[in-house]
Amino acid sequence: MSFSIIGKPLPKVDAVARVTGQAIYADDMLPPRTLHCRILRSPHPHARILSIDTSAARRIPGVVAVITGADLPIKFGILPVTQDERALEHEKVRYVGDPIAAVAATDEEIAASACDAIAVEYEVLDPVMSIDAALATPKDERIQDYGGPNNIHKLVALEFGDVEGGFARADHVREDVFFFQGNTHLPMEQHSAIATYVDGKVTLWSSTQVVHYVHRALAKVLELPMNRIRVVGAAHGGGFGGKTDPFAHEIVVAKLAMMTGRPVKCTLTREEVFYAHRGRHPVLMWVRTGVTKDGRITAMHFKSALDGGAYGSYGVASTFYTGALQTVTYDIPAYRFEGCRVFTNKPPCGPKRGHGTPQPRFAIELHLEKIAHDLGLDPVDMKRRNFVKPMTRTVNWMRVTSCGLEECTARVMDASGFRTRKRRPGRGMGFAISSYLSGAGTAIYWNDMPHSEVQIKVDRGGVTAFCGAMDIGQGSDSVLAAIVAEELGLQPKDIRLVTADTDTTPIDLGSYSSRVTFMAGNAALEAARKMRALLVEAAAAKMGRPADSVRVGGGRFGDFSFEEASVLAEARFGTLTSAGSYTPPKIAGPYKGSGVGPSPAYSYSACVVDLDADQRTGLLHINKVWIAHDVGRAINPLLVEGQVEGSVYMGLGEALMEEQTFRKGLHKWPSMLEYKSPTFLDMPEIETFLVETNDPEGPYGAKEAGQGPLLPVIPAVSAAVFDALGVWIDEVPVTPEKIVEALRRQGKGEPPRYGPSRFPDIPYPKCIRVEPPPKELDLAAPAAI
Amino acid sequence: MLRLPRFKYLRPKTAREAARMAADLGPRAMFVAGGTDLFPKLKRRQFEVEALIGLDFLPRAIHRGEDETVVDAGVTLAAASADAQLRAGYPGYAEAAGLVSSPPLRNAGTIGGNLCVDTRCNYYDMTYEWRKAAGFCIKKDGDICLVAPSSPRCWAVSSSDTAPMAIALGALVMLAGPDDERELPVAALYRDDGIDYLAKQPAEVVTSLRLPASAGTRTAYVKLRRRGSIDFPIAGAAVALRLDGSTVTSCRIVLSAVASHPLEAAEAGEFMIGKRLDEESVRAAAEIAARPAKPLDNADLSHFWRKRMVRVVVEQALQHANDQKGGFEG
Repeated sequence: MSFSIIGKPLPKVDAVARVTGQAIYADDMLPPRTLHCRILRSPHPHARILSIDTSAARRIPGVVAVITGADLPIKFGILPVTQDERALEHEKVRYVGDPIAAVAATDEEIAASACDAIAVEYEVLDPVMSIDAALATPKDERIQDYGGPNNIHKLVALEFGDVEGGFARADHVREDVFFFQGNTHLPMEQHSAIATYVDGKVTLWSSTQVVHYVHRALAKVLELPMNRIRVVGAAHGGGFGGKTDPFAHEIVVAKLAMMTGRPVKCTLTREEVFYAHRGRHPVLMWVRTGVTKDGRITAMHFKSALDGGAYGSYGVASTFYTGALQTVTYDIPAYRFEGCRVFTNKPPCGPKRGHGTPQPRFAIELHLEKIAHDLGLDPVDMKRRNFVKPMTRTVNWMRVTSCGLEECTARVMDASGFRTRKRRPGRGMGFAISSYLSGAGTAIYWNDMPHSEVQIKVDRGGVTAFCGAMDIGQGSDSVLAAIVAEELGLQPKDIRLVTADTDTTPIDLGSYSSRVTFMAGNAALEAARKMRALLVEAAAAKMGRPADSVRVGGGRFGDFSFEEASVLAEARFGTLTSAGSYTPPKIAGPYKGSGVGPSPAYSYSACVVDLDADQRTGLLHINKVWIAHDVGRAINPLLVEGQVEGSVYMGLGEALMEEQTFRKGLHKWPSMLEYKSPTFLDMPEIETFLVETNDPEGPYGAKEAGQGPLLPVIPAVSAAVFDALGVWIDEVPVTPEKIVEALRRQGKGEPPRYGPSRFPDIPYPKCIRVEPPPKELDLAAPAAI
Repeated sequence: MLRLPRFKYLRPKTAREAARMAADLGPRAMFVAGGTDLFPKLKRRQFEVEALIGLDFLPRAIHRGEDETVVDAGVTLAAASADAQLRAGYPGYAEAAGLVSSPPLRNAGTIGGNLCVDTRCNYYDMTYEWRKAAGFCIKKDGDICLVAPSSPRCWAVSSSDTAPMAIALGALVMLAGPDDERELPVAALYRDDGIDYLAKQPAEVVTSLRLPASAGTRTAYVKLRRRGSIDFPIAGAAVALRLDGSTVTSCRIVLSAVASHPLEAAEAGEFMIGKRLDEESVRAAAEIAARPAKPLDNADLSHFWRKRMVRVVVEQALQHANDQKGGFEG
């Protein structure tokens, strides 16, 4: 197949607006009479609210409205099973930063002073600040009134195949414990939302990844029908998963706009962004694997304990994700997974780039390295021996179609010279692989609708594509424009886009789970092909020739320009519109909890990290990163490389320094200077390889690129530290103090390791036993269930 | 988002006029040069003032004389780090200036500002709302030190990179007061107190830094921080020494970020005198230098690690100084 747009490294369609400051972010919007909102937040990690006195705040000149939880009592939450949040809490606060009251005032300073003037009386409760504390009997009371026992939120136990038999068959069995510290998304743009209330309709412009879910939450909490609410995605300054929940400030500005009849805006401070969070769960993990002498996996048992923070958020899904994708890279014939999420008095954790899978990926990659060392095998060879094959089903029912693991591995191994690396003191290289979904196969809430829909309208020679997807900087608008342009023989700049607007665009489930290129892309492809057929038919009729003789491309349909062809088609068919949609295949396995993990296609990555480690300080210097990513097909290789390099950047930040930690119940450093994250001056050289496996279901064969490449970077760093210094750092981030401590232990003849020593006793339920599916995959066969 | 509070911006034309304004307004005003530390602190309400007295009138030249080099206080950190004279004569000083913060902030921040930069503590460098939730500390709005609650004093950390080097060099600062000018050894500019960390009169303006002639003086500054791109020091060592042949004839070692003031390791400096700069003497000197350093749990990374790293930075600074040629003619 030859393409004119697909596969070309074209700049983003919105590049000029972005870099010249013309893109309009929510905080840029300032309609006449706008009021500014600030939110009063809890200073206590855990407390009952006895009273809230807003009278002094209301008396401050310039204050127009003050609301508390009593004004917004209805609970919401992203998952139907955990509707546990209030926009403003008036009964109980569960973390420092939990919203309590909100003020709308004529300027932001006045709103801030008014928040300071609100008097809240608390009964302080014992805070629960760790996984261990959450598993124990609470001193005062539980954080949430559901779940349990104690502060356990969710327990999961699944078993696929004959696990005990697999261990019995093994020549070698090894157990390890790992810890992955929590971290946050750190988008450049703080969350911001502005609402108006005109003619009985609420309009909200927000820095969100998912207009549809915000729309649903607003309807629920404001008790308005969805047709009286419009949610529009403003230009977006980065989400990484952190803007995928509906948030308090979005509901609050809508309510204040309804009360005051004036536009109301709220832009979070950087500190508040740390409290909004929904970032990477801290996860403690235990893994036990049996292997044969030559390193083939016979069984694996994986346990996880997630520190969820104070609310549910996506946490149930996150819990399943810590166990779902191990099997998608390695052929594990028997697998047991036990997962647990606890509530703690911290900002709620949720989805961050890689959602629930970077933690187990870190654990499993290092665990397999250690097994290879135990057996005297080369870790890369041993992992390779266990790679999954294309067109198979995993033991836990994940359907693997295209799979470029072998090629990704070959590319980074060759380019990095991993096998022939020069030894010098303190220098090391590490290798790791990963996989990620191209969109979740099931929606957040149960429904049978398509996951994405695109409408195309052609008139006056112009093409407009309407799609609910939100471009959060990843370039989804550019991908839509490229697909429509390719099919209609035009250039991306010829396509007008209307996106992420619940009034004017059809449904799309949003920019999360790496789903937009795959799902909205397939919907756009269908819509564009239908439109193309109309134009071809009209052109063919006028030319008096069969449709298949009409050549489309270079702005022409046969003998006619695009404009002429569109006039012919409009004259022939009336208003020119077409629509396409995408519904993922029903491929989830026949068991409870099977909805998390299945995806119409998986991306694959392999990575090599080269670093120097200072023996005395423990400081690491990353020399270079090689990464290969199986993206199926790169619709725009420039954008894919950007996603891959951005993932490496974020992965290095998590591997080396980022940590969301707490002291005395407070976030230790909610600021961009003190929460350490690499700047671009800290970035090493990256060599990126795109591997194209042409997935049978992806648009033009494309798969995801935005999340998967982050995953292997983190274990590759830790493996490289072992290669350099002979010490295992089984805990993320890999900080200099941990390395120095591991070296001290090494020097004293103790196990050369830094990491958690034990995994707690958790009252997991009895495992649900699931029969594995046939391993060979027949795409033509009907769905499993 | 965090907003700057309202304040008056005053624009004196001379240092004396600035000092008089400061004397008149007392604690209601502060000087501002580059503002790279001050403006964020105003946003976080760590500083609450009615007026800022702009110091942009300060000259921005570097004068090389017979006996000394005079650096005007308005010289930016970027200019100081790139200046050929400073790099040749006082490489450790130019290095220290070039290691402050990030490139954009070095373009704004001044050498006078870095000498006077506020002490830091991660219980203090936080927003008003965070400090209110934590309970205000003794340095601002409260009455106890949250790092060392049983201590009567504030333990915020001296975080200037250039001050330790200036002290090691035996430099002087020129101060302009409301009525007169005076000079002061840089070492005497500081007090061992996290709150009253400057020994100058509040109304005095730092107008220049005088670096004594450096012929034969070898200098080096080693800074430890998490990210080479931006962070404040979490430990650092400035060294200035002279050699006669291969024997050390003078040596000053000053530590950054391990106390509320730049901490001179005088005993270690004296120890080096008469010794050769070999592995053994360097290790022994570093051991001595590290003893008085008492990092607390109020900066990045663990204080145990920081304490252990003091030795390393001192050793590295002594080695770098040894590898270098002396200033100018050296």
